[in-house]
Amino acid sequence: MKRRVLAIALVTAMLGSMLAGCSKSGGNGGGGEADAPAAADGGKVVKIGVYEPASGDNGAGGKQEVLGMQYANKETPTVEIGGEEYTVQLEIVDNESSNDKGPSAASSLVSAGVSIVLGSYGSGVSIAASDVFKEAGIPAMGVTCTNPQVTEGNKHYFRICFLDPFQGTVLANFANENFKAKKAYILTKLGDDYSTGLGYYFKEAFTGLGGEVVEETFQEGNSDFTSYITSAKNAGAEVFFAPVSTEAAALIIEQAASQGLEAPLMAGDTWDSNVILNAAKGKNVQIYVTTFYQEGGNEAFDKGIKEWINSDSTAKANNGGDDTISAVTAMGYDAYYVALEALKAAGSTDPAAVNEALWGVTYTGVSGNIAFDDVNGDALRDTAYVKCANTETGAWDFVTEQGVN
Amino acid sequence: MDWMSRNLPYLMAGISVGGQYALIAIGYTMVYGILRLINFAHGDIFMVAGLIVVYATTAMPIYIAIPLMIAATVFLGFLVERVAYKPLRSAPRMSIMISAIGVSYLLQNMALYVTGGLSQQYPAIPWISDTVTVFGATTKRVTLITPVLTIVLVVLLVFLIKKTKIGMAMRAASRDFETSQLMGIKINSVVSMTFIIGTFLAAIGSLLFFTNYTGVTPTAGAMPGLKAFVAAVFGGIGSIPGAVIGAFIIGICENIIKGLGWTTFSDAFTFALLIVILIAKPTGLFGEKVTDKV
Amino acid sequence: MSTKTKAVWNVGLIAALLGLLFLLEQVLPSGSMLFTVLKKGAIYALVAVSMNLLNGFTGLFSLGQAGFMLLGAYTYAILTIPVESRHSVYQYFDGGIIQFALPVPVALIAGGIVAAVFAYLIGLPVLRLKSDYLAIATLGFAEIIRAVFQWDKLGPLTNGSNLLRNFPSFKSVLYPFVVAGICIALIVMLINSTYGRAFKAIRDDEIAAEAMGINLARHKRLAFVISSFFAGISGGLLAMYQTTIQASMFKSAMTYEILLIVVIGGIGSVTGSCISSFLFIACSEWWLRFLDNENLYIGSFHVPFLRPGFRKVVFAVVIMVMVLFYRKGIMGTKEFSVEGVRNFFKKKLGGKRVTEGGASHE
Repeated sequence: MKRRVLAIALVTAMLGSMLAGCSKSGGNGGGGEADAPAAADGGKVVKIGVYEPASGDNGAGGKQEVLGMQYANKETPTVEIGGEEYTVQLEIVDNESSNDKGPSAASSLVSAGVSIVLGSYGSGVSIAASDVFKEAGIPAMGVTCTNPQVTEGNKHYFRICFLDPFQGTVLANFANENFKAKKAYILTKLGDDYSTGLGYYFKEAFTGLGGEVVEETFQEGNSDFTSYITSAKNAGAEVFFAPVSTEAAALIIEQAASQGLEAPLMAGDTWDSNVILNAAKGKNVQIYVTTFYQEGGNEAFDKGIKEWINSDSTAKANNGGDDTISAVTAMGYDAYYVALEALKAAGSTDPAAVNEALWGVTYTGVSGNIAFDDVNGDALRDTAYVKCANTETGAWDFVTEQGVN
Repeated sequence: MDWMSRNLPYLMAGISVGGQYALIAIGYTMVYGILRLINFAHGDIFMVAGLIVVYATTAMPIYIAIPLMIAATVFLGFLVERVAYKPLRSAPRMSIMISAIGVSYLLQNMALYVTGGLSQQYPAIPWISDTVTVFGATTKRVTLITPVLTIVLVVLLVFLIKKTKIGMAMRAASRDFETSQLMGIKINSVVSMTFIIGTFLAAIGSLLFFTNYTGVTPTAGAMPGLKAFVAAVFGGIGSIPGAVIGAFIIGICENIIKGLGWTTFSDAFTFALLIVILIAKPTGLFGEKVTDKV
Repeated sequence: MSTKTKAVWNVGLIAALLGLLFLLEQVLPSGSMLFTVLKKGAIYALVAVSMNLLNGFTGLFSLGQAGFMLLGAYTYAILTIPVESRHSVYQYFDGGIIQFALPVPVALIAGGIVAAVFAYLIGLPVLRLKSDYLAIATLGFAEIIRAVFQWDKLGPLTNGSNLLRNFPSFKSVLYPFVVAGICIALIVMLINSTYGRAFKAIRDDEIAAEAMGINLARHKRLAFVISSFFAGISGGLLAMYQTTIQASMFKSAMTYEILLIVVIGGIGSVTGSCISSFLFIACSEWWLRFLDNENLYIGSFHVPFLRPGFRKVVFAVVIMVMVLFYRKGIMGTKEFSVEGVRNFFKKKLGGKRVTEGGASHE
């Protein structure tokens, strides 16, 4: 009896709140989310969706990318669109680094009524949410998702970073030139499109240069890399290439150090993070990464964002507890401004207009010139920075700027 | 010699991880022996133990942090049993198992909230984190300590169970829960004791595991927990030596599989082994034959 | 109430529900979270009912649902990716080995059939196991299936561990409702048939059921295969909903979620499973999202503790409370029906009158 009352009450509550929820969703952000105080002054608001991981494997990187956007938003909180002043509001959702949670997070952005979406760190989640944005007619701009599939064959997903075929080739060239490596060990994570993709392109380029590779994979949730390192040693690999998330990277570095791996560790843009520096500090390992931005590339930006991070405890915690600037933060910062440029060019907050305007946007950011090609909306970029972790100071040392040729 | 230094690391990694699984598996097997409950939350308690060390060492020296962690973990194990399992003792077996899944979900999500979803670096513990060289293979000292410590703890545990009063009560309760109650055994204290011992060993296991693999994430306990449970089933659930041997076999096999280059299947192999043993000998390697009462 | 009026009522209700959904779709913006919840909820309702068929009605404790959903989802995706986009999807495997695409309904059913065939094969050895051992063995099988589908040697078929995408998906919320609705109706018909009664007999007492001449092995296998068939179809629907799939999504955590839905709805209640799956999805995806917002103000009061992840803590606490204090779930073993509602109100009114009269009615 009682239970039935409960059951019926729950059903009515469900139906009731569903209807209540949708009547609101057209207005000010689905599910009755309270708006930030900025919106309360009655001015016009334009919403930029931030689709980034805050938890899961890529949580650390996602948070750092968002930091760049938040800093940019703090610096330039308003934009003039079609002659009117708009306050920019960031709608941040957590896609949990997971391809199955991503689409729902993306829908919550759609229902919040955003004009453009930035993100995500991690190519898999970006691909997974692509159709949600496409269906809603909202343009998305990848910040550091490097897998070609994100933008391939669609007109709504753009990106401001280089692509994996490029990055893989750069890395293979670097391994070949600097280490004279003839044999590489490639470790990728199963079910991570970024990881398997970059591993594939590296292998292609490396074998193209006459090298030989040994490939192995690990399952999500694996934390024991000792056997992989032993296999790499036994295979006589001269470089250990591991394009994986920072979470796994920290474990790999730790275990490589304790097993005395002599081959240098190499990775792509994900490893450009203070997580790696902290893990490598004081250990006997060599780490080389390719990345988008080198700290010191823009003095004013570095100084400003460091000041902000040091004065804001949440920001500092999100940056991993220190003020090292990751390339993804710089990219997030640039992405925000590119979005503003697109909004200005569109002259409206209508997503379709923004999408149209994005094709022609050019912007010179802290990470270099940004413009989109007219096939897939990929950034035109031809250089990557190679950095090396200094295990004594716990900072990145600049090695070289490397192109494909 | 060359062959040795090439392959020894796999074996050492296997034995070490096997020892860590063994310490977790004992908690599963004892709880299952008495309550017939797959304590899905056990792996997560193991993870929480890791997080406690991470946070405690930022505030206090490590020699206080470790005993504190052990005490806190044991208390957590005790608390989980009292809050989530005890009220359901007369409920169907499925309800209590769901409750275990619920606790696991809760612990993982709380860890997610506290850590902000980021992997936490486990502190280096003096001496046992140092690097040593054995027969040309370099590894952390903890790799060598784990199997020894595991065996010592298991011997102590077996002694406790065979020779003490509470041990006798545990054996009685696992043989026949209702009758032992009728015989005047305080069943609640026996169950609590089981959880305390189980979580104590898991806390030690967590210390060894995370010293070796230094990232603690909210889901870090899930896979080791599941594998330890498989080890317990493999060895014959309810049997402590069985769980330990099962854990070592699984740890070693897993690393051999990785050494052979079948890395995609290192987890799947564990389950394949489980299914084979369940079909060939449903009670596991050392399990007693149980006849179902009608 | 006669059977006929009942049927009329049920048909009427279903028509009204579909009509309401249709109307909502015309009125609301298509990006509304309501539709996300409804679509995913309908899919989860189907898989929860299929799991309930095993756990609730046949008493077989299986934790392999995620594995069967994976089979269904992969079969659907592999068979329906249009030939022209195969080359970009299977970019590392030269376009894969399958160079045709089947119509959507055929592929969905094929997904169910593949899952059912695997269930039959897996069932041969594992269905002999009892309770927890069966649970852990099926869980193990799901993990093995997941690993096999990530194997790069099977890449030309499964695209390795990479995403499958570009297959047809649905836009209208009616689609998953109709498909899931038909499947659930079939399951209900099965439960009410002789087979269903045999399943319940096995659940209540295996030995007695066997003594009554029920072939245990055959019926258990049947329940297992049928449940997996529908899990496979719901996997196909899930693929359509998500628009991309990948083996790594189908973790044991997914099975646990479905199990929680079944338990919260009430083990042994089809309508319970349906209701609870909508509630579960709505809570986890939508209603509680505001808890992740760090800057939530009520008036000028800054609500403490809120930051990403808090939503999940609250949700987990709610689930624990449900599990501990509403052990029978929302519906227990009862079903939601028009008659039930009518009786409920009748009783309420009737109860009042009786109290006035001073005598007990029941």
